[in-house]
Amino acid sequence: MNRVAILAALILSACGAQDAPLISSRMISGDAIVEPLTKTTGDAIRGEKLFVSREEGHCILCHKVDGLEAEFQGDVGPDLSFVGDRFNAGQLRLRIADYQLVRPGALMPSYFRTHDLHQVGKAYVGETVLTAQQVEDIVAYLADRKTSDDDA
Amino acid sequence: MIRLAGLVSITLITACSATTEVSDVPELAAEDIVSASVFLNSETRALQEDTFANPGYLWVDRGEALFSQPPAAGPACITCHEKGLRGVAATYPAYDENIGQVLNLEGRINQCRVTQQSEPAWTFESDELLSITAYVANQSLGEPISVDVNGPARAVYEVGRDYFQTRRGQFNLSCQQCHTENWGKRLRGDTLSQGHGNGFPAYRLEWESLGSLHRRLRDCDTGVRAEPLPYGDPLYVALELYLAERSKGISIETPGIRR
Ligand code: HEC
Ligand code: HEC
Ligand code: HEC
Repeated sequence: MNRVAILAALILSACGAQDAPLISSRMISGDAIVEPLTKTTGDAIRGEKLFVSREEGHCILCHKVDGLEAEFQGDVGPDLSFVGDRFNAGQLRLRIADYQLVRPGALMPSYFRTHDLHQVGKAYVGETVLTAQQVEDIVAYLADRKTSDDDA
Repeated sequence: MIRLAGLVSITLITACSATTEVSDVPELAAEDIVSASVFLNSETRALQEDTFANPGYLWVDRGEALFSQPPAAGPACITCHEKGLRGVAATYPAYDENIGQVLNLEGRINQCRVTQQSEPAWTFESDELLSITAYVANQSLGEPISVDVNGPARAVYEVGRDYFQTRRGQFNLSCQQCHTENWGKRLRGDTLSQGHGNGFPAYRLEWESLGSLHRRLRDCDTGVRAEPLPYGDPLYVALELYLAERSKGISIETPGIRR
């Protein structure tokens, strides 16, 4: 091995840069990931549970949804009560998977990403926060958050 | 070979550190700076201010006793610090000329413990170190924080600022994003404070104990699923120096009560 190769190997192992982006540019059109990440259709009921659950999605840390049974919903992020009016499933998918592809400085965490992260806790290295199926479940739940569905 | 090693480490640092444009990064406006205690409910704030009911004073009292007790090998703290250490904690972390390093209060106390008392350093989060630190910090109760970052501590301050502004962990969040850009908003049941260190060591209801600032920093790093640094790590001391400079104007509240 020459020095350059040694260097490159060291840099890769030190930064975890060996992970390629899970969302490739080919998957994105406009501001959306049009194709679902899994073959199994998302389940909105499971999505709602994930949205609340502390161990899994825990989106209510930063977001509020009217009518959701959960104490203390956060307001660091926008109110998602009617987010389905603003975004379709594909747009929601991209925003949940890796919001920083929409706006690099965004605070919203990337739930389906393993590349270009720093100082990741040992237990989480190489892992996404949510599985592809969990992203789909939450997309299904949020896509239903529309004004017209509210009186249900 | 040494040259190659140097090159490797420089390349690694540039390759791995996030390139933040320091000048674009918003800072707290001087008139906005407030202690986290303003976000406590009135009962918890009253508890903090009540020196009889505030459980943190159990540690302060133990610290006071330790301060005047001679250890096996050397003189008691009070022998050399007859007048106490009023005002000192508000100036820490500080550069120590004898060892050429920035030390936080715990580090400075342990320095005396080893060099002046010939005793082994107290371990982090031990009841002794928490107690004596709380006692010394409490002697600066109400004193405005005022650290020196313009002398030899400057480089360390800058390292701390970088740590504060760098996104990290599986959630990829920086201290800056929560505590400078979103303070006052609700994160579930918590109101985000500005992340000052002025109440520490503090009694956290969640810990059911007094804990150091480094313990709180480890909790914040763990919260974004980042690997926390070891207690006393020089990077946390650097971060602590940045936090102190950033809190200029607010005063020491140790022992703070926190959720
Ligand atoms: C740490 C706080 C935080 C958490 C946790 C969080 N978000 Fe967000 N989210 C934000 C912020 C802040 C924005 C605004 C994006 C920006 O910075 O422009 C946002 C934006 C969004 C948007 C776009 C809404 C809009 O009106 O633009 C969606 C959809 C969303 N989040 C879904 C989720 C889901 C689903 C979860 C859980 C899996 C989640 N968020 C967890 C902070 C958070
Ligand atoms: C034998 C004397 C001696 C003993 C015992 C001693 N110290 Fe010190 N201490 C010193 C000296 C000398 C300094 C340096 C004073 C200076 O730099 O102005 C110092 C400095 C300090 C400082 C920093 C003061 C400042 O202004 O930055 C703290 C805090 C401190 N000591 C705490 C303690 C504690 C707590 C103990 C007991 C665990 C202790 N010391 C025991 C002699 C002693
Ligand atoms: C996801 C948001 C978030 C991030 C990122 C974060 N913290 Fe915190 N931090 C909190 C919450 C929530 C609390 C408890 C409520 C409060 O005081 O803000 C807290 C508390 C603190 C406190 C205690 C304040 C007090 O007086 O009790 C300090 C100091 C602090 N954080 C510093 C940091 C530092 C330094 C970093 C970066 C290493 C950091 N935090 C990253 C959310 C965050």
